[in-house]
This record gives sequence, structure tokens and C-alpha cells, in this order.
Amino acid sequence: MTTLLLRNGRLIDPARKIDTVTDVFIRDGKIASLGDFQGTVDETIDCTRLIVCPGLIDTHVAIRDPGFEGDETTATATAAALAGGFTSIASLPDTAPVVDNRAAAEYVVLQAARAGNCRVYPLGAVTRNHAGQELADLGQLADGGAVAFTDAKHPIASAEILRRALEYAGMFGRPIFTHPQDPTLTAGGVMHEGHYSTRLGLRGMPAAAEDIMVSRDIALAQLTRGRIHLMSISTQNAVEQVRRAKQQKLHITADVAAHQFLFTDAALESYDSNYKVEPPFRSQQHVQALIDGLHDGTIDAISADHQPWAREKKDREIDQVPFGIVGLETLIPVCIEALIVPGHLTWPKLIAKLTSGPAGILSLEGRGTLAAGVDADVTVIDPEIAWTIDPEKFRSKSRNTPLAGRQVRGRAQLVIVGGEVRFRADAVAY
Amino acid sequence: MPNTGLQDGARWTRKHLLGLEDLSAEELTQILDQAAEFKRLNALGETKLSALAGVTVGNLFFEPSTRTKTSFSLAAKRLSADTVDFTSAGSSLSKGETFLDTARNIEAMGVTQMVVRHSTSGAPHLLSKNLSASVINAGDGTHEHPTQGLLDIFTIREQRGSLDGLTVALVGDILHSRVARSNIWGLTKLGARVIVCGPATLIPPHIEDLGVEVSYSLDAILDRTDCVNLLRIQAERQRSAFFPSIYEYAHFFAMNGERVRRAKPDVLILAPGPINRGVELTPDVADGPQSAILDQVTNGVYIRMACLYLCQMAVRQSKTPAGATP
Repeated sequence: MTTLLLRNGRLIDPARKIDTVTDVFIRDGKIASLGDFQGTVDETIDCTRLIVCPGLIDTHVAIRDPGFEGDETTATATAAALAGGFTSIASLPDTAPVVDNRAAAEYVVLQAARAGNCRVYPLGAVTRNHAGQELADLGQLADGGAVAFTDAKHPIASAEILRRALEYAGMFGRPIFTHPQDPTLTAGGVMHEGHYSTRLGLRGMPAAAEDIMVSRDIALAQLTRGRIHLMSISTQNAVEQVRRAKQQKLHITADVAAHQFLFTDAALESYDSNYKVEPPFRSQQHVQALIDGLHDGTIDAISADHQPWAREKKDREIDQVPFGIVGLETLIPVCIEALIVPGHLTWPKLIAKLTSGPAGILSLEGRGTLAAGVDADVTVIDPEIAWTIDPEKFRSKSRNTPLAGRQVRGRAQLVIVGGEVRFRADAVAY
Repeated sequence: MPNTGLQDGARWTRKHLLGLEDLSAEELTQILDQAAEFKRLNALGETKLSALAGVTVGNLFFEPSTRTKTSFSLAAKRLSADTVDFTSAGSSLSKGETFLDTARNIEAMGVTQMVVRHSTSGAPHLLSKNLSASVINAGDGTHEHPTQGLLDIFTIREQRGSLDGLTVALVGDILHSRVARSNIWGLTKLGARVIVCGPATLIPPHIEDLGVEVSYSLDAILDRTDCVNLLRIQAERQRSAFFPSIYEYAHFFAMNGERVRRAKPDVLILAPGPINRGVELTPDVADGPQSAILDQVTNGVYIRMACLYLCQMAVRQSKTPAGATP
């Protein structure tokens, strides 16, 4: 019997509306009890002035393994996740080969077990090879561990295919995650279409490309009574549509990428390829709508939208580099700077978007909460500690971030998975 | 500077010329004045100046070009610089070498000033951040073509004495035009009014934010336009049909003799070229008395001499140790 006591932390468990200073007692990998603890334990960790919350969960992380190990491996992605405070991540299936069959899903599970860092839940492909033509083996993917289906950053162009996928996936109780961008309107695009794209001579991706697909996806969810999760929404109109869909009790959820709150399309003035993300950084009016959507519950979760790319892939002309930035290890300070400091979200609300919100989207029983009896996946956050982001120290294999050198506040101090301490910030030099 | 009567470039502090958006009216005027000085010297028989002797200028053209490349090459030679030309066809790029690596290799051979043409917007900016050479943008994607903008403006100023209060129409494909953006920045900073005119599909969104008027009818703006700059219809940049046919385009937007007759009597016709006769303008207009198309080409050499010279002077000044006498 091993025991661990997290003493005197600010316990925030949004799933049960708890926000109080107390002790968390962990025994044999489970949350044993909450509340003032008297007795002997194997280890006591003083959490005074720290936040103790359920382990963070990300709904879509690109781990690139197998096929693109130059960008990231399961071992490095999960190490980065731990360092960022995540105890569970769902992995995108856009690997080579694509996770469109049971064996591929089981490989993800096996690699995660080998790495021994955080938990990894595979997302299976919707269509074979992400080609958008025929359905992948959804049922067998579910058997192999897939918790949801997605074609990652490949929009499903055919409404007919998405309709069938929704109907079919419903048999297995799994949602479809979509990347709502109309590919005909975004072809060749580099950034948000607007004032800056015109000035910079960079091909734009209009907000309408997202609005159209969100509208279509919602209509199909209504038609099929299926569950759709919209990954990384970014426009004002998308937020408004999701809000209405939720009022109509449709099975629609949505997340937003944390970096959307830190930058607008003005950042592209530098022509730095680290600002090339998909969906693109929008204008301030869209950012404000996203904040409102987080606040009123329209947006269920915040994702790091972690997209690692090896240096040689990002060190090129901006129209030739792939979209995306690494985000796992910088999510906490980004959320603090963009959402907590300006007063947009309270800590309990922010933690909800990173724990109970994503756990609900992924239907992970017993995750995203610290109720007595659940697996002890716990993240301890130091909300005040000041540090400077140095990509060379990332555990991720890739360094594609626009945050290099940024002075930030807050990070994961201690990360516990199944009762075992897997990450301690004191043990590493920042 | 012996025997040239050149300005010392002391007010010019930029090592790179990436776009006209960055420049002040004073800086724009300084380049124009420098180019005028080079043109004056040339007329006096000073066809070879020693200002850039010992400098090696690399012409890096990652996209086809005849006029601009030749013009830069001549400009460098007239300043006594050595030049080396690089084109992407048949180069290491076709062996998979990246743009940056290619440029780094050329720099490693001693090229200290790079003239860059690239199909990607921002490519010269990428070089300026990764190399120590001075970078001159010779056209980047659909962003800017600063020396073309400058030579257009130079030609107008030469004909009219000043830009102040003039109305200049940029006609045609504004969406894909780097020439349009450079003209817009330069002209508006120097006091001209700019109208962009073309089919709605080729006018980019939010272009009004740049301080220009938008018109979809060439006929409607002819009587109040002092200069018409006819931008090329760029078939190679068009990913989908932006207008129904060349015939329909020419019907509404080609500058023909009939439109010239309805324009101001002294209207000035410019075209950055290469021109498609019968599309953007008809031959009678291109070769007619209002046309300054070949003057543009002539002036382009002086503008490029001025840009190479001023940026090189800025590099030299930055290398002069503090307190030392230059």
C-alpha cells in the first residue's frame, strides 16, 4: 500500500464545484479522501499556495508517431504533455500509416504504455487514409481503443460521408471530431483573410470558410442525432452557431486552441512561419467572441492544438510550411496570461475547460475529477512562478513556437498519473 | 566620393529595402532624388561610377524575370559592383536544397548585397533575418515590388514635377499585384490620391484600409485621373476564374484609344509590364504620345542604382567604429 498526501493546496475540482484549501490523500493509485488529513503517509508534498486540480486533458494532440518521428514520437509527445500538466491526451490519427484500422489504434496504445508518461487515447480516422472517400473501420477502431473519430486537419468535404459517419459512429457511442474549414475557400491560404492579408500579400482564409462548415456540421448532427465535436473553432459566427445549437439541445461540443487568445492576424506582419496556424489567428472581434463563448459555456474545452514540426519543415517560405505550433508545454502560462490575468476566466472556470470539459467530450469515465475512488490523475500548478520560455528545453521534439523568449507566469509543478508522480518541476532546471 | 557629386547617403540608415510600406515620405524622396542625380550624371556622360567597386551583388531570382533582373544587373554594373546571377531553374533548388540554404551558400561566397525575387510573400524578410547581407526586394509574391513602385512614381514625378494632389488609377489585377501595393504606399505617402480599379474579384478585401478609393468602372474615373497605371493580368497567379473571359475583361478595363480620348488631355499612361497588347491596353495607346512605358524602363535602372547605393552606404556607415572619422 503506497500513500501520498498533497497538503494544504487550493483544491479546484470543477466537476463537483469544489474550490477550497485542503488536503488530498492518495492511496494505491486512487483518490482516497479529501479534507484535513491526520495520519502517517509515505510521502507528503506541501502544496501551500499551489493549485491542486484534476490532471489536464487535451482532446486532440498530434503525436506524429508512426511515420513522422522527426517531428515527434509518442515518448516525446507524452513527456511534453506531462511537463505541461496533462495526464491524458487524445492522439490525432494523421500519422503514416493513418490510424484507420484496429492494429494502428492498438499501436498507439502500445507506444503510450512503452513511454510510460501520460495516458493516451487514440482518435481513429473517419475515412480510410483521410481521403474522404470511404469510411474507415470505425467499429474495429473502437475495439482497438479509439474514443472518437476524426480526419484531423483534413476537412471532410463530402456532407454525405460525414452523414454516414455520424450515423455509423453512433452505434459505438463515439463522436466525430471535425475540423470545420471549407477547403475550397481556404485552398492555398496562409492566414486569416482581412486587412492584414491584403497588406501583407498573403493569401487569406476567410472566416466564412469556417462558418459554412460549422453550419453544415450542425445541420448534420441534427439530421442524424449524432455527436459532433468541433475542433479549434475560431470565428464569431461559429461561436454563435454553437451557442444556438446547444440551446436546441443538439449534441454539439467545441474547443478552442489556447494560442488564439494570445495573438491576432496582426502577428503575421513578421512573416514568421511560427504564426502560421490553422485555423488562422483572427482579428480581435473574433477573439472577443471566443472569450465570450468560453465564459458562457458555449465552448467546452481549451486545447493546446499541439502540432509539432521539425525545424527544417518550418524554416522555409511561409506558403510552403505546414500549419501549427507546439503548445502542450506552454498552455498553462498562455491561459494565465490571456485569460486569468485580464479577468476573462476564474481559475475554476479555466480548470473546467482543461479537465471536466474535455473528459466529457471524450466520454472518459472517472477522468477530469478528483472524486474519492477515481484514479489519482492530479496536476499541481504553481500559478505565480515566473519563467522564460526556452524552446531548447522543451520535452517535445519540435520547437515551433512563437513564444520563444517570452516571460511568463505559472506552470505545472507536479503531475501525478494513477497515483504515481510522473513529473516534478523542481527536478528540472528552467 | 570622387568625381560623382553623390550625396553621402548619411540620412539613409536602412540596410535592407523590403517594401515601401516601411518608408517615410522623406526616405522615398531621398531615393527619388538619388535616382534623379544618377540620371543627371548619366546624361553628362558619367555612365560608370565607382561607388560600389569591390561589392558583389547577387541577383537571386527564384521566379522568372527579364526586365527587373536585367535592370538590377545593369544598375549594379554602372556602380562598378561585381554581379552574380542566380536563377532557380537548373539550380540546387531542383535538387531539393531549401531557399535559405541556397542563399546562405551564395552569401558564403562573398555576396554582401542580395537582390531577391521570389513567388512567396515575405521571402526577402526571411532572408533579412537569417543572413547578414543587405537584402533588396525585387518582388515578393503578392506583397511588394518596391523598386517598381519607385520607378513608377519617379516617372510620374519626372513628368509632372510633383505627386502632390495628383490622382493615380491602378487598373487591373490588384489582388495578385505586388506592384499595386508598392504604388499604393509610395503614392499616398507622397500626397497623391489613389484609385484602384478592376473587376470586383480582383480587388482584395479591406483594400480601402490602405487609404485608396475603389472603383469597378474605368469609364467612371477617366475624367478625374491624371495617371493610369495598367497592371498586368497575371494568369500564372490565378487559382480560379476571376473573370469570365479576356474579351470581357478588355471590354471593361482595357485602355484603348477611345478611352484615352475621354480621359484628361494630358493623362499619363504607365504599365509595369510585361504588357499583353490588346488586354490591358491596345497598341495605339502603348505606343502613343501619352505613354511613358519605355521611360519607366529607363528610369528603373536609376532607381535600382539608388537603392543599391543607399543600402550599401548604410552598411558601410554601420561598420564605421563609433568616434572614427569615416
